[in-house]
Amino acid sequence: MRGIVKRFPGVIANDEVDLVVRQGEIHCLLGENGAGKTTLMRILYGLYQPDEGEILLNGEAIRVASPKAALAHRIGMVHQHFHLVPTLSVEENVVLGLSEGTGPFLRLRRTREKLNRLAGEYGLQVDSQAKIWQLSVGQQQRVEILKALYREADILIMDEPTSVLTPQEVDALFGTLRTLVDDGLTIVFITHKLNEVMEVSDRVTVLRKGKVVATVETATSSKAELARLMVGREVVFRIEKATAERGEKILEVKDLHANNDRGLPALRGVTFDLYEGEILGVAGVSGNGQHELSEVLTGLRKATRGTAYLETNDLAKCSAREIADFGVAHVPTERIRAGTVPNMTIRENLILKSYRARPFCRWVFLDQNAATENACHAMREYEISAPHDGTAAKNLSGGNIQRLVLARELSGSPRFIVAAHPTYGLDVGATEQVRQVLLDQRAQGAGVLVISEDLDEILQLSDRILVLFGGEVMGIMQTAEAELEEIGLMMAGSHRREVAV
Amino acid sequence: MTRANWIRIERRPTLSPWVVLGVSVAAIAAALIAAGIFFKAYGVSPWRAYHLIITGALGSKVGIAETARRTIPLLLIGVGLTVAFRALFWNIGAEGQLLVGAIAATGVALFVPMPEFLRLPVMFVAGFVGGAMWGLVPAVLKVKFGINDVISTLMLNYVAGFIVQWLILGPWKGPTARGFAYTDKFPASAMIPRIPGTTVHWPTLILGVLAAVIAYVWVARTRQGFEIRVVGENPHAAQYAGISQTKVVLAVMLVSGGLAGLAGVGEVAGVQRMLLDPAKLSLGYGYTAIIVAWLARRNPLAVIVTSALFGVIMAGGDVIKVSLGLPFQLVNVFNGLILFFLIGSEMFMRYRVSFAWRKR
Repeated sequence: MRGIVKRFPGVIANDEVDLVVRQGEIHCLLGENGAGKTTLMRILYGLYQPDEGEILLNGEAIRVASPKAALAHRIGMVHQHFHLVPTLSVEENVVLGLSEGTGPFLRLRRTREKLNRLAGEYGLQVDSQAKIWQLSVGQQQRVEILKALYREADILIMDEPTSVLTPQEVDALFGTLRTLVDDGLTIVFITHKLNEVMEVSDRVTVLRKGKVVATVETATSSKAELARLMVGREVVFRIEKATAERGEKILEVKDLHANNDRGLPALRGVTFDLYEGEILGVAGVSGNGQHELSEVLTGLRKATRGTAYLETNDLAKCSAREIADFGVAHVPTERIRAGTVPNMTIRENLILKSYRARPFCRWVFLDQNAATENACHAMREYEISAPHDGTAAKNLSGGNIQRLVLARELSGSPRFIVAAHPTYGLDVGATEQVRQVLLDQRAQGAGVLVISEDLDEILQLSDRILVLFGGEVMGIMQTAEAELEEIGLMMAGSHRREVAV
Repeated sequence: MTRANWIRIERRPTLSPWVVLGVSVAAIAAALIAAGIFFKAYGVSPWRAYHLIITGALGSKVGIAETARRTIPLLLIGVGLTVAFRALFWNIGAEGQLLVGAIAATGVALFVPMPEFLRLPVMFVAGFVGGAMWGLVPAVLKVKFGINDVISTLMLNYVAGFIVQWLILGPWKGPTARGFAYTDKFPASAMIPRIPGTTVHWPTLILGVLAAVIAYVWVARTRQGFEIRVVGENPHAAQYAGISQTKVVLAVMLVSGGLAGLAGVGEVAGVQRMLLDPAKLSLGYGYTAIIVAWLARRNPLAVIVTSALFGVIMAGGDVIKVSLGLPFQLVNVFNGLILFFLIGSEMFMRYRVSFAWRKR
């Protein structure tokens, strides 16, 4: 790809990007969120058209007008969010969009044979007649890879493939990728995780703010160098975590049950305690009850059984408003969808939970001056960068939105904080800041529940780690004694630890 | 190089009021052009038709009075609809709420014994309560059972219409109406005063302007207004912040239905001075007010202007019906075209569209 430029309103997503991928290599595209990695690959896969620049395949300029054209050039892509039809079977999903069989009839026998052969060759075992909804996330990803291989892709683009996998599944995936490369395929691997780059890639191209910073041989580089290239400055990998005194028990969750949105059990007897001045990390593969747990503890979801006592109040029986009034802060999973009102101003978003009482409300009227004063203070303290407090929240960057949410939630020194995926999608700078803020709250004696799929984050922040699988607690351990492998097995549900900490 | 390059669509970072005004005026202009085709099809020059509409509606005292008379219900209903739309409750049922308000006022006017100086104020209260109750039915259905508000409000219009029909043909049919299907004429104490020589019932007009100002302050400056805006802009955030969607929906429909009910009081007690056939009573104000509220971009204060604009269009429509012999339905076509272009123009407020022909 040569001189690729892609502009979106207000930003240049790709600015004169040159990318050379050699046949038979695993080439990592490394960069922070918003660096332009996915955009570049979407251009290669024909989902976007570049404003400038050209794509050369084996020395010939090609035009990729659509994903169909990309497949004709044997370029396949596995998206971060899968494009599968849940109610159809694996083989039906694989042939979707192809014309297999004769006339209007599907003939899937040969498909099945080819699928089984591919699966056997590359360690992608999956029952070809199972329905997609019956499969785990890791298995669904295999289907996506099979889909691309079935279409005889020579170049496979993988967009952040490990974000939904357990450590063991990641290992299996890397094994598969190496077999594919040995067979002559070429893989472009998008990621923002340095460990993965070091482990899997032959070469790596680093993107920052839409531009290529460097392309290096992985073997001659180092994690520190790549991090510096990615962020543009030296990165400290460990943030200072002072030892905090564990205080009184603040939250006691006992035998908590709840259903998910489809009415199926999502929490099955969750029991744990949380203490003042402690961060408890909740680890687990997405969809194992973390979301429901955070919602029950903040009054957004009804528990079907069990209790969650915050001192004398049972959170499982309280409304969202009551719980907020108890001094419980909630940093929600979907910070834009739930945590802010995009069309309202920073000033108004900051009083989203406190608008009912003084100083923001006098009699029935809102006090604009008090809200403005509050906003100026919060913007300074949390370094929310925006033109002014009347800027609409939708015009803020992800990091600034999270700073806004934190500023609101942590005002009035909460006793108990539920932080769900607090740094998901944030750049390195914002991530550091958010983690530091949570540690500060811990130092001030708050009990913090951090829910995250990023194991590094859990290990870095937590005093203790709780692993959820299938809505059950697989175990709770001190972070100091935690081993990555054991956590991985617990996340996969194949290991259970006695709950006694 | 590709199709994508010569039309460029970009999101506008901020929305200035001038863009809103410009886009709205352009939408109306587009509707005028499109409606011109219909006039042409009837063999009438569009210029002449529009000239007649303007001079007919605004060129004489009678015209202005006719315009004002139609503005009053549009203003009251339109203000209520802006509030409901702010909370994302799609109240298509103002027509029915108006009729129920009219029924309630008629009941008080004709059948409730009371001191005469109290009759008119009580009629207004009864009309508001009637419209509000009719509006609360779909609100409760939505928050309790999740029933679609568009459908339930719309269907209740027909129910209200049939109730009026039943009343004027049955129990409330006036002994002095000589067999016609309407009630007796209201007593003098139940008539809203008019500007002499016109049918402009000015107290209702004042009520409408007051309603616009109060609704504006309510939505923009108060605690509950904040809740209304949060619920309307992002229901998920409202739930997250512990704001009760139920309370907000009930509050906006109480006001929206109530204001439509007041419009009904104005029509029976100010214009007709009796209850009669729904089609003669309302002229579709409940539907036209949807366009009024939408053109005002859900701002209650702006309804003062947009309701007057549609007052002109409705009054002018009467004029072209009489002087050009065109069907009045043409006005409905025109109104429909305005709504069509308004909704279509929403995109131009959120996005900037520019054309660039690349030289290559």
